[in-house]
Amino acid sequence: MEFSTNSTFLYLVAVLVILFVLAQSVFFLVRAYRRGREMGMSAERLRRVILSTSIFTLAPAVSILLGVVTLAKFLGIPLPWIRMSVIGALTYELPAATSTANALGLSLSQMITDPKAYSAIAWVMTLGILPSIILPPVLMKRIRGGVVKLRQKDDKWGDLFMTSMFLGMISAFLGMVFSDLRSGPAGLIPILVLLCSAALMGVCGYLIKKKNMQWLETYAMSISMVGAMIFAVVITPLLS
Amino acid sequence: MRDYMKETDRYGRIWIWSAVVVVLMVPAAICVYYNAWPEMTAVLKGLLGVAPIYWTVGVIEVITYTPMLGVGGTYLAFVTGNLTSLKAPSALSAMESMGVKPGTEEGEVISTLAIATCSIVTTLVIAAGVCLLALITPILDSPALAPAFDNILPALFGGLGVVYISKNWKLSVAPLVFMICLFLAVPSLAGSVGVLVPVGVIIALAAARVMYKKGWV
Repeated sequence: MEFSTNSTFLYLVAVLVILFVLAQSVFFLVRAYRRGREMGMSAERLRRVILSTSIFTLAPAVSILLGVVTLAKFLGIPLPWIRMSVIGALTYELPAATSTANALGLSLSQMITDPKAYSAIAWVMTLGILPSIILPPVLMKRIRGGVVKLRQKDDKWGDLFMTSMFLGMISAFLGMVFSDLRSGPAGLIPILVLLCSAALMGVCGYLIKKKNMQWLETYAMSISMVGAMIFAVVITPLLS
Repeated sequence: MRDYMKETDRYGRIWIWSAVVVVLMVPAAICVYYNAWPEMTAVLKGLLGVAPIYWTVGVIEVITYTPMLGVGGTYLAFVTGNLTSLKAPSALSAMESMGVKPGTEEGEVISTLAIATCSIVTTLVIAAGVCLLALITPILDSPALAPAFDNILPALFGGLGVVYISKNWKLSVAPLVFMICLFLAVPSLAGSVGVLVPVGVIIALAAARVMYKKGWV
């Protein structure tokens, strides 16, 4: 069988995997929606979650697509398409491909033509990320039980515990933005983008609370994110 | 666990173990179809370069994110990937705007709804992008647009940070100050931000516990 990184067979495999991911997502979406309705949440509220999340997801999804474009230069389209739709993220897939290519003495500056090298890269990409998918079912009961117990014991501390976890995560990413500060004016860009996003969210919050523009709540995250991304395009040539 | 949670756990297990099979079938199918089984040493050498880091990150992520995302959200988010840059922020933002608490059944429903929507939209955008790749590659690759995608994390966490920090500013001081100082002192840690998330969580929890005991929060 003649090998090509963009063969019909590989596209077929990709489509089957994508359909599996879509089926799982739709299954959980429908279950959560029905449960929400049973619990007395209004259809309008639940639809608002779906709408605001959909809009919010568009820009990051395009950024993930950019990952497919990057990997497609040497792996063709189907494998990056699969990897970026299931478990993967460019921050993992690129090092995995590079590490295997180095082990085989190959360069990733051109399309892979050796099927064995291609399958080696596919195995490393898959096996390297496997714990992320195997561990949730193994650890779920213990972790979930811990959360329930925590809430039963002291509900107020349970709330603070969960909020602190979120803030711990957010702090790590906010802190990361300052890592390039010492590298000169260009290091200021991510900080200014962060501040722009924060300011836009502040304005949205003001309009929602003080001007009764409740409809804006659905779009606030998207406005602050996309607005800050546009701001990055404008200021980067000035500071680089 | 209540019935909905129990059932979600059961279905989640079925889906995630099926996903393990599907994911492993991809390289296996490539090997069988092209009769191209790779040399074991090449795979092991390749794995050696990434597995020690990513297996550790995998363990850390499961322990850190599972309590935040809930049962359904976790099973779905770990299969569909892009956890820190997309799934967790979307669940967080949805729970916050709906005024529900994580770890409760309401939180579970909203988190699952957000993560499922996020997965569907992302999958569809990538699929549409793949179909139109020849048309959109010059646009996506254009240097003018590069800063927008390079700065997607600050653009995302700036807005999310304002929402959370403004409501819980006392709880955010310790982890935020620590992280800013850490990244200023050791900029190279930016590449390991995934490993530092649990560090931020531990600092936030320790500070919150002290403030809670003293009655400051």
